[in-house]
Amino acid sequence: MSKELIRLTDCVMSYDDDIVLDHLNLYINDKEFLTLLGPSGCGKTTTLRIIGGFLTPTSGDVFFDGVRINDVPPHKRAVNTVFQKYALFPHLNVFENVAFGLRLGSTETTQVNGKPVTRKVKIPEAEIRRRVMEMLEIVNLKGFEKRSISALSGGQQQRVAIARALVNQPKVLLLDEPLGALDMRLRKDMQNELKRIQQEMGITFIYVTHDQEEALAMSDTVVVMDGGRIQQIGTPEDIYNEPKNAFVADFIGESNIIDGIMRADGVVEIFNRKFQCLDKGFAKDEPVDVVIRPEDVDIVDEASGQLKGTVTSVTFKGVHYDTIVDFYGFKWLIQTTDFCPVDSHIGIKIDPDGIHVMKKSAYSGMFGDYSSYSEEYDEIGDADYDPEQEESFREDGHEEE
Amino acid sequence: MKKSKRPLLAIPYVVWMALFVVAPIIMVVIYAFSTASGGFTLDNFARMGTYTVIFTRSFKLAIIATFVCLLIGYPLSYIMAKEGPRFQRVGMMLIMLPMWVNFLLRTYSWMSILEKNGLINQFFSAIGFFDLINAIFGTDIQYFHMIGTQGAVVLGMVYNYLPFMILPIYSVIVKLDNSLLEAARDLGANSTAVFRKVIFPLSLPGILSGVTMVFVPSVSTFAISRLLGGGAQMLLGDLIEQQFLGGAYNPHLGSAIALVMMLIVIVCMWVMNHFGEGEEQAVLL
Repeated sequence: MSKELIRLTDCVMSYDDDIVLDHLNLYINDKEFLTLLGPSGCGKTTTLRIIGGFLTPTSGDVFFDGVRINDVPPHKRAVNTVFQKYALFPHLNVFENVAFGLRLGSTETTQVNGKPVTRKVKIPEAEIRRRVMEMLEIVNLKGFEKRSISALSGGQQQRVAIARALVNQPKVLLLDEPLGALDMRLRKDMQNELKRIQQEMGITFIYVTHDQEEALAMSDTVVVMDGGRIQQIGTPEDIYNEPKNAFVADFIGESNIIDGIMRADGVVEIFNRKFQCLDKGFAKDEPVDVVIRPEDVDIVDEASGQLKGTVTSVTFKGVHYDTIVDFYGFKWLIQTTDFCPVDSHIGIKIDPDGIHVMKKSAYSGMFGDYSSYSEEYDEIGDADYDPEQEESFREDGHEEE
Repeated sequence: MKKSKRPLLAIPYVVWMALFVVAPIIMVVIYAFSTASGGFTLDNFARMGTYTVIFTRSFKLAIIATFVCLLIGYPLSYIMAKEGPRFQRVGMMLIMLPMWVNFLLRTYSWMSILEKNGLINQFFSAIGFFDLINAIFGTDIQYFHMIGTQGAVVLGMVYNYLPFMILPIYSVIVKLDNSLLEAARDLGANSTAVFRKVIFPLSLPGILSGVTMVFVPSVSTFAISRLLGGGAQMLLGDLIEQQFLGGAYNPHLGSAIALVMMLIVIVCMWVMNHFGEGEEQAVLL
């Protein structure tokens, strides 16, 4: 449908013996919203910095519009970046921050004696003014142009950073975890806004995040990375419904990942019981990983269930209950609107389209068991608690002064 | 409870300031406006016109020295800030090293370098440089005349006060957020533009404090001009010293000169800090 804009072929990035990117191959289409998703240290930011020109790959090539750009410095690339901590210029006000790129002039290519010569041409002040104001309006910062950067909130600084990058009309906008420092509600608003801006301006966004929800909500294409390798590329639906391996299944949403054996096309055996599924093309009796999403499990009475288990914990989550059920020593997470008390014996039913079969991979057996679920909750709780602690600390500071 | 105790810690400094800064300034003001018998007078200021030459020379040499320090100090600070930590440690060591030697000793050693029979002249006559020049141009030069010139005084100022220029500039540049430089490059700035539009404006606070810390001691120095100026290059510092300790004993006139000099310096600093448009708030004032 749309044409290819950026291609990375066989890119390796290594520092001494530390391999950050391991033979990465990736192409990005024009006007696409592509997200590089993965845990910290997976190579997503490195990939972004290679495209931005701040890093040169140890080996491999970067192409932009068919031209190899490995050695093109950042200021000559038709790419702009929104940095993680915004990197706004503290000595300039909002207007001048946004105008920064325009004041440097636009590049114009002319033919001199048959050779293309590029030179910087000054943009007239009136045009700079018009374009900056237009951009401030797009990011909802009209009337803020005289403000100093330090007088802005995090969300407003974020918008300035986006405006500053977009005003140069880049072909590609790179965003390095741009919403990481914002609180939840603001993040949701900005997600919608970014998506709107991307569609309005019709340019390619390459977005780096470790937040899978963000990735699913905004992207046309999600690239899941881990250990310097691409684990899976696909639409958000593909990635969620058809994860390629246990890592992707675990990283995107909640999943129960169980060892199974493929008995025939459309038949998989779990816990010595055969289940109907839609997956085909595996060898007979091939060991596989089976993904069952917590919301795809129906709880029924014990007698009519395909599997029988004991409820070990229930957590009310608003829309549903997170119910942990023990099946033969393996704990599953089931999300259900029916309340089942702890220690009750239940049966479950899974429809064929609720079962997804994956080939065994290096990640098999590492994820998908909910035995330690409550501990995970504690960790999340801690992370939420931190900012509050900081705040109370700050209040103490005031008192002391 | 803690609230009330904290200010107590400031007392030693406040007492120090009151005794050795505020009180002397008040005394200087009183002296400047009074006669030997204690009456009020403006005569001390009326005589200021006599010393215009010395005022001009002092400010001229101090401005030149400050400018030279900036010219040497900024590139050095910049290069040092961009290098690795090992280079920085060694560089900092070399800059600080001369300061471990007493100020007067350092200046004396410059005397023995620049003198008629000093190191430089001995070196050039040993290699036959003067003979060669005289043979070619038919002149009769036996040595370079260096000591006692304004150049020698400026050299002394630059040598002694250069670290005060380097340190503040270096500490500002080394703290610059690298992502700002990346952002500038990303927005289309080549390295010249990155320097001109980001690095330089953001290092202005360092430049301002460096300029202050070099200019103020330079304009009021008397040891450097005495030793390297050889009495021929009298500066404000020498003039004031003479009024207090020298033959021309007149502390009332000395106080008046000191007061005028202080006012001029304060005005200079005020103008400069506002010239920096109060970016990072005034350095001295």
